Amino acid sequence: MQRFSALLDALVLTPSRNAKLALLAEYMRETPDPDRGWALAALTDGLDFPAVKASTIRSLMAERVDPVLWTLSRDYVGDTAETASLLWPEPLGQHLPPPSVAEVVETLHATTRVTAPGILAELLDRLDVNGRYAILKLATGAMRIGISARLAKVAFAQAFDVRVEDVEEYWHGQAAPYLPLFEWAAQGAEPPRTDLLPLFRPFMLAHPLEAEALDLTEFAAEWKWDGIRVQIVHVAGETRVYSRSGDDISGTFPEVASALHEPCVLDGELLVRGSHQGGETGGAASFNALQQRLGRKTVSKAMLRDYPAFVRLYDVLIDGGEDLREWAWEQRRARLESLVTRLDPARFDISQVIEAATFEDLVGIRARARDDAIEGVMLKRRDSPYVAGRRTGLWYKWKRDPLLIDCVLMYAQRGSGKRSSFYSDFTFGCWNGDPDAGAELLPVGKAYFGFTDEELKWLDRHVRQNTVAKFGPVRETDKSLVLEVAFDSVHESKRHKSGVAMRFPRISRIRSDKPAHEADRLETLKGLIVP
Amino acid sequence: MAPPFSWLRPEPHGLYITPADAWIDPARPVDLALVTHGHADHARGGHGRTVATPETLAIMGLRYGVVEAGSLPVAYGETVTLRGDVRATYVPAGHVLGSAQILLEHAGERVVITGDYKRRADPTCPPFEVTACDVFVTEATFGLPLFKHPPIADEMAKLLGARENEEGRCVLVGAYALGKAQRVIAELRAAGFTETIWLHGAMERMCRLYEDHGVDLGDLKAVAGVPKNALANAIVVCPPSALNDRWSRRLPEPITAMASGWMRVRQRARQRGVELPLIISDHADWDELTTTIAQVNPAETWITHGREEALLRWCELTQRKARALALVGYEDEDD
Repeated sequence: MQRFSALLDALVLTPSRNAKLALLAEYMRETPDPDRGWALAALTDGLDFPAVKASTIRSLMAERVDPVLWTLSRDYVGDTAETASLLWPEPLGQHLPPPSVAEVVETLHATTRVTAPGILAELLDRLDVNGRYAILKLATGAMRIGISARLAKVAFAQAFDVRVEDVEEYWHGQAAPYLPLFEWAAQGAEPPRTDLLPLFRPFMLAHPLEAEALDLTEFAAEWKWDGIRVQIVHVAGETRVYSRSGDDISGTFPEVASALHEPCVLDGELLVRGSHQGGETGGAASFNALQQRLGRKTVSKAMLRDYPAFVRLYDVLIDGGEDLREWAWEQRRARLESLVTRLDPARFDISQVIEAATFEDLVGIRARARDDAIEGVMLKRRDSPYVAGRRTGLWYKWKRDPLLIDCVLMYAQRGSGKRSSFYSDFTFGCWNGDPDAGAELLPVGKAYFGFTDEELKWLDRHVRQNTVAKFGPVRETDKSLVLEVAFDSVHESKRHKSGVAMRFPRISRIRSDKPAHEADRLETLKGLIVP
Repeated sequence: MAPPFSWLRPEPHGLYITPADAWIDPARPVDLALVTHGHADHARGGHGRTVATPETLAIMGLRYGVVEAGSLPVAYGETVTLRGDVRATYVPAGHVLGSAQILLEHAGERVVITGDYKRRADPTCPPFEVTACDVFVTEATFGLPLFKHPPIADEMAKLLGARENEEGRCVLVGAYALGKAQRVIAELRAAGFTETIWLHGAMERMCRLYEDHGVDLGDLKAVAGVPKNALANAIVVCPPSALNDRWSRRLPEPITAMASGWMRVRQRARQRGVELPLIISDHADWDELTTTIAQVNPAETWITHGREEALLRWCELTQRKARALALVGYEDEDD
């Protein structure tokens, strides 16, 4: 437990992602089973002890600390578990040595609401202040220290020098303390079997196209649809819909999940029916329409009626139990074209290959795609296997050029980690009318990337020298600097005073040559809104 | 006959001694000020006459440029008699160089004003002395039971360990420029660290002043103008405000450490971007505060600044007469 609590403390205080990875990897290498597996589950919120609640801690403390002193302390610290770890009376006399993580997990699993306080108290008596903090956080399942499942998997891959794609694949369907996973990675055992479970397979991703042109006899072109990338898995009568990150979103899109009955693993773009993308018939609505459906745990009938979802298929990974990932894209495409005829056409269609004889033709077709609000074009090597992650030379995404607008820098906020000494988060605005006739700037967006290190230094200096007010970590500037902001699209938004929300804004150029009153007006930005 | 202790009146900007027409640690300029120690929230410039220890007067001279012609040095253990038959004795408080408690005696009543104090050993100043009195006016900066400062040797081990573990990086320690910085340096020396300790420019003069008063701080050098690679694995001390500011960009990937009692709470360390929290304070922690009140065992305890409510509650639970004084201007965010 001490090793785990030291890890927890270091993770809380380490801002850099790489340093966090190194800490996690070292812990996994040097900690025996099953402690490391339990620790990993605890850090990624994979543990639940129904018998232990925050109220269990409060009642434990009520027996030991004056209620007024407890409340004053809790209010000061702002966290029940930490307050309790600090106020826990150091036990007198001899106690058992600190428990291992596994002992803690097993003990807590065996508790009931009635026995939990007493058992937790005995464990707390065996630990120092950091150990108490760790155990209380672990027991109440509220780590919240910024360790995502993805970060944990990358660290796992680093620790044992295995491929993160393999970790992604084998991890799914494994329960803590992940013994088969460690046996495979640390001891070279056979990897866990994954073919009989509705598991997520890591996505194949694309690099941005940087070459001038590609040979279309080697590469096939497809539209890049503006929805969310999903994987649909059907095995042994069960269907799952997974997002890019591997989250199970089947419950959010029940009409899609219930429509697949073929045993297969498919890759596609989840969209909502509409006429916005790809023409009137069989078209898709804008991303904004899809947004209505995202993040919902329960879906109303009205939602299903007004925003019906479907999947536009890109690829097939497994068909009828046969793993096609080593096959060439062309062969998989043929399998997909025949498979799609057996699927419900209301929920599944196929992303058409763009008919272009030469790259010049494709350039012309892509240029016209702006009006269709398609995100861009994908270029896939005709002989490429389906490999997890981003492999050079196989798939390219060729996004349409970003939209640009000139905004005025209004506020800047300090960054975090390596950027904590820099003002690196910038809020910018557009004029709500004629600036010479008393118009005001309204904030339209916020960006914290797009600039080079040199530009960041320049911007930081500008902010410091042109501050008119400070609010904690935020500085208000004199609104003299014009920034050219690039963004993918802009939408109406009731949540913002300006009435617009930009997608993916970034600083594209510093326009210190341009006076602020010549920056764009809000109406210009609103003219770019996609309905 | 006047009610007990009515000759000492808490005002928003300080304690006023009526018969002597004098103030203790006033927050604005007055004719006659009795100052407990040199921190800016207690010692301000511009008084007509300032009564303080010679060390505190030297610190005030350094900070405010001039020592008023009317300053009156009082050594530890010495007593001065003020107007209206008020006697003031300066007693070590163990907080920083020159820090004193002030014992006031008048009309057969004894009042001790602690200023800021701690009970831990500190190589840079003499220890707190328990002084019997009727009214004990105590600070309460760390007046919550969660504040327990660990032994300083533990924190020094953390600091020296971090330095050894990270090849090529330096450890940047944020420490209050008066008191904390010199104590950390002296404790590093006591722990056997003999290499150069590097200073932020704002630290230099105060460190020299400490040395002039007989506190040995070893080899100190200013960071200014030193190339990055010369500071690999070095220990650099700066004021807390410089920790995450542009100044620190000149250092080789600093591990940011902060020496402060507030570091006991993780979120406080996190908010300040501190990677290596060092729980080192020049104030009494909860156990020191309560133990001291019990040892002094006064008829009344007055609580001046900090988290008064919790200490009041403790007095209530232990059946001690106590009240909180609403004094303004005492802040100690960085200690």
